[in-house]
Amino acid sequence: MKEENGIILSNEKIAKDTYRMEIAAGMANDMKPGQFVNVKIDGFMLRRPISISSIEDNKFVIVYKVVGDGTLELSKKTLNQKIDIFGPLGSFYPIHDDIEEVLLIGGGVGVPPLYELAKQCRKKNKEVNVVLGFNDKDSVFYEEEFKKLGCNLVVATMDGSYGVKGTVMDAIKEKNITCDYTYSCGPRPMLKAVESTYTKGYMSFESRMACGMGACMACVAKDKKEENMYHRICKEGPVFPIGKVEF
Amino acid sequence: MDLSVKLPGLNLKNPIIPASGCFGFGREFAELYDLSLLGGIAIKSATPAKRFGNPTPRVAETPKGMLNAIGLQNPGVDVIMKKELPWLAQFDTEIIANVAGACEEDYVEVVKKLNDNNVVKAYELNISCPNVKHGGIGLGTKPELAAKVTKMVKEVATKPVYVKLSPNVTDIVEIAKAVEAAGADGLVLINTLMGMRLDLRTGKPILANVTGGLSGPAIKPVAIRMVYQVSQAVNIPIIGVGGITCAEDVLEFLYAGASAVEVGMQNFVDPYCCVKIIEELPNVLDKYGIHSVEEAVGRSFK
Repeated sequence: MKEENGIILSNEKIAKDTYRMEIAAGMANDMKPGQFVNVKIDGFMLRRPISISSIEDNKFVIVYKVVGDGTLELSKKTLNQKIDIFGPLGSFYPIHDDIEEVLLIGGGVGVPPLYELAKQCRKKNKEVNVVLGFNDKDSVFYEEEFKKLGCNLVVATMDGSYGVKGTVMDAIKEKNITCDYTYSCGPRPMLKAVESTYTKGYMSFESRMACGMGACMACVAKDKKEENMYHRICKEGPVFPIGKVEF
Repeated sequence: MDLSVKLPGLNLKNPIIPASGCFGFGREFAELYDLSLLGGIAIKSATPAKRFGNPTPRVAETPKGMLNAIGLQNPGVDVIMKKELPWLAQFDTEIIANVAGACEEDYVEVVKKLNDNNVVKAYELNISCPNVKHGGIGLGTKPELAAKVTKMVKEVATKPVYVKLSPNVTDIVEIAKAVEAAGADGLVLINTLMGMRLDLRTGKPILANVTGGLSGPAIKPVAIRMVYQVSQAVNIPIIGVGGITCAEDVLEFLYAGASAVEVGMQNFVDPYCCVKIIEELPNVLDKYGIHSVEEAVGRSFK
């Protein structure tokens, strides 16, 4: 982890309230799928933890949703501007050689980190099933991108305006996807549903953070089994084995 | 330029100390820079037993600051002595143990245990935490309670005792004087200001604990005012803390009467801030015609 002034290569709206920013930075070469960066936004105090969506040589991509004044400011950044980033931070999605088929489940802004994971799984010739859930048609993004990687993709929307109507779990049922090795990221109700169905794989969590590096104890979660044991979402997480943390 | 500061128990090579709760036990920051560059480190609060702390969310951003309600999460003094202090011994910096508790006896218990440890050079009593025996009221909010815990700790402590005062009081000078009279070797001013924020969608508090401590640049003028008032009323040294982000802020605290400073929230904004401030401090002192840290102390009223 280090602090670096990245250069913005692009910052475009790709869906409702959702932006994709490409950043040139040397730290990209240390990044792994599932990790995040802590982004400084002009005029705001605390950095914003944002997951890494795609990693290339000396550059990477973040996809973020405008949810408040800070992310609104971020969405106004333009080409060639500098951006103060600290990272890469946190744990990553492990990719196991002996698992040949995987199921990636993403909801809303939980979708972005799964993209780099899908890319790396496809590179290893794994069968990659991807189920993405959004609120409505206008919120859908990265459909083509996942398809281009050669993933088996299913999209669900809560209001039924696109793809399967309902949740990601409804879509898995409807499409009869039987793969049970999962990687997931999304809102807590979605993760709860995933956890009640699957026992194998990994899950990534979102949390309000301050330092993003394990020092301040703002983003802790209790261990599900061991009494009195806790984990820092920013340091031991954001990726945990399914069933590891209480949420 | 001479940045060194000598305080009871502490030979600081410079006046910059990361504040307790904002730096853990230094392990994460040691991945970024050499902790020996720091004047000292105020480590995360120690309580007699392990504490998980408050439910989450524990932090919320505010204009020029943040609220936190971590709840003194720490592994307990025994684990700190076994795992953290031996690791910290490798650095050439002064370790200040922040001590917290739910009642006066907790402070005494922790201090008694740490007395034998040679890594810890001084104690910093966090008397802002709610006290179970006094109906949840902070020991730092009443002069007699603040004096009582100070006296009890002083009776057993083999190292200098600094008392970190709560700003959530009507008269900070009265508390400071009471603590001085009870034998404190120094003061740390200020802890966080109590505040809260509401979620506009739900109408409910953002922090699970409802209220939290406000820190960051937003509180700096309050801290400067309190250091200014207290430093003229007591004869023990003051470590200033509250919203410091740069070397200019340090100079302001020195002028107000602080002999050294602690840097808190800025460590989250810029994890390298303490070393940057240490690097910049000689230039800033020079710019204003100051030849040593000591020369600047209390200039506002001298």
